[in-house]
Amino acid sequence: MQPVLKVQALSKTFKTRSGIFKRDKVKVLKNISFAVLPGQTLAVIGETGSGKSTLAKVLAGAEEADSGQILLNGDMIVDDGASKRECHHIRLIFQDPTRSLNPGLTIGEMLDDCLRFNTKLTQTQRDKKIELTLSRVGLLSEHYEYYPHMFSGGQLQRVALARALILDPKVVVLDEALSSLDPSVRAQIVNLLLKLQEETDLTYVLITHHLSLVKHMSDKLLVLNNGEAVEYGCCDTIFKRPQSKEMKKLLAV
Amino acid sequence: MAKFSLYSEESNRSPLSRLWRNFKANHLALLGLWMFIGLTLLATTAPLLAPYGIDQQHSNALLLPPSWHDDGDVHFILGTDDLGRDVLSRLMNGATYTFGLSIVAALVTTIFGVILGTLAGINKGFKSSILNHLLDITLAIPSLLLAIIIIAILGPGLLNTVWAIILALLPQHIHSIRNLVVEELNKDYIGAYRLDGASRGQILFRGVFPNIYEHIVVIFTLALSTAILDIAALGFLKLGAQPPTTEWGAMLAENLGLIYLAPWTVGLPGALLFLSVLATNLVGDGLRKALQARKAT
Repeated sequence: MQPVLKVQALSKTFKTRSGIFKRDKVKVLKNISFAVLPGQTLAVIGETGSGKSTLAKVLAGAEEADSGQILLNGDMIVDDGASKRECHHIRLIFQDPTRSLNPGLTIGEMLDDCLRFNTKLTQTQRDKKIELTLSRVGLLSEHYEYYPHMFSGGQLQRVALARALILDPKVVVLDEALSSLDPSVRAQIVNLLLKLQEETDLTYVLITHHLSLVKHMSDKLLVLNNGEAVEYGCCDTIFKRPQSKEMKKLLAV
Repeated sequence: MAKFSLYSEESNRSPLSRLWRNFKANHLALLGLWMFIGLTLLATTAPLLAPYGIDQQHSNALLLPPSWHDDGDVHFILGTDDLGRDVLSRLMNGATYTFGLSIVAALVTTIFGVILGTLAGINKGFKSSILNHLLDITLAIPSLLLAIIIIAILGPGLLNTVWAIILALLPQHIHSIRNLVVEELNKDYIGAYRLDGASRGQILFRGVFPNIYEHIVVIFTLALSTAILDIAALGFLKLGAQPPTTEWGAMLAENLGLIYLAPWTVGLPGALLFLSVLATNLVGDGLRKALQARKAT
């Protein structure tokens, strides 16, 4: 089976200014490669500052990579850092939904904007699609008129999910999206994510600190340390027989 | 699924109506708003409402005190000045100059400030710096002094005063609006909106402006109170509006010699100036507090 998302030798460097004339280069991603099949979940774990969030941003198109390739269903969308993409096949869900939703727009307006920017649907088709998507993530069509401040944290994460799903993406990148939720709501959202995966063969890239969540959700695992992939493979195998020092530390073996 | 209250119309409110609810709870601010609306109406309709013309002289009624005084005449409710002109009519028409022109000056400043500040905010580097610091030199001089300098070059007159005030207020506007825009552009939801495929214009008009326009109104009220004081001060110094224009500051200066003989000709324009600045500041302050309260919830 062809992998839905394939990343080859992805690198990213940030330039920082450390003096008037001195500039430092920080390599945040070094030669990252992985591939995910449709309907699978790839978990990315690693300590703070290991490049997890940068990887998410590069995948979603918020940052440009310096070199490397991102292939979606075999089509190149980023070639050596130059992206020629439509950004709606890989969607990013942010860590904090209270900050990633515009407080000045209603949920419906926001979802409508997504559709308007990326599709050629008519107004009635868009309304139908919004209603469908809201019900898919467990919200009601009444929520069309609601503003973000009227939802609780868990509900907001559902809205964020609706926003990601409304464009029928192939890959959803969850950048710590479940960390800010309390356990019971997190369980709800995880079950919702797994249900959606079963229904539509979605692929998740799960970026998290949460090891039990990784164990529960993912098929493949990528361990990052200082921008390098120190371990990559099947999730169960790594959990049973960790090879790298970092993974052993994380599992405390 | 968590519980929803389906028919919670009370909480189903836009950010604007939540702001209004917070604002409404502040009675002083509401009083200020009513005074503000009253003054605005007066400024636009004064010539129609005033009982007499501003230059209409009544030679048999010189320096009449207000009507509640024993010597007063009910035909001249607030009395007359030394030329027999009705003080009430002159004060009403004065609102058009002092208050109305201040609103015009503050509006023009805000419009230019928003345009330049936004351009400075969405650009980066050198271009942004030039736009941002375009008029910074004027920040080194107090606005009233700057207005006096500009009038020294252009000559005294009401319109020159307005230009001077606009120029003096503009740099602060550009700075505060640029800061607002930059702060807003760095927020997560703008990044998310960009990933939704929004263009720069869409980000600006759907993402940034709906979230900062209340702040722009607050900045506008600050500019307005400065503009009222500056126009009146310049009128008082005989650099702005010239007699017989009924600008309140000019009226004060014109009647200063009569302060012992006919204190109402000086006191009433002063009281109106005080009320208009007070109303503007109450509205601005109430709005700022309501914004803070909304942000806190």
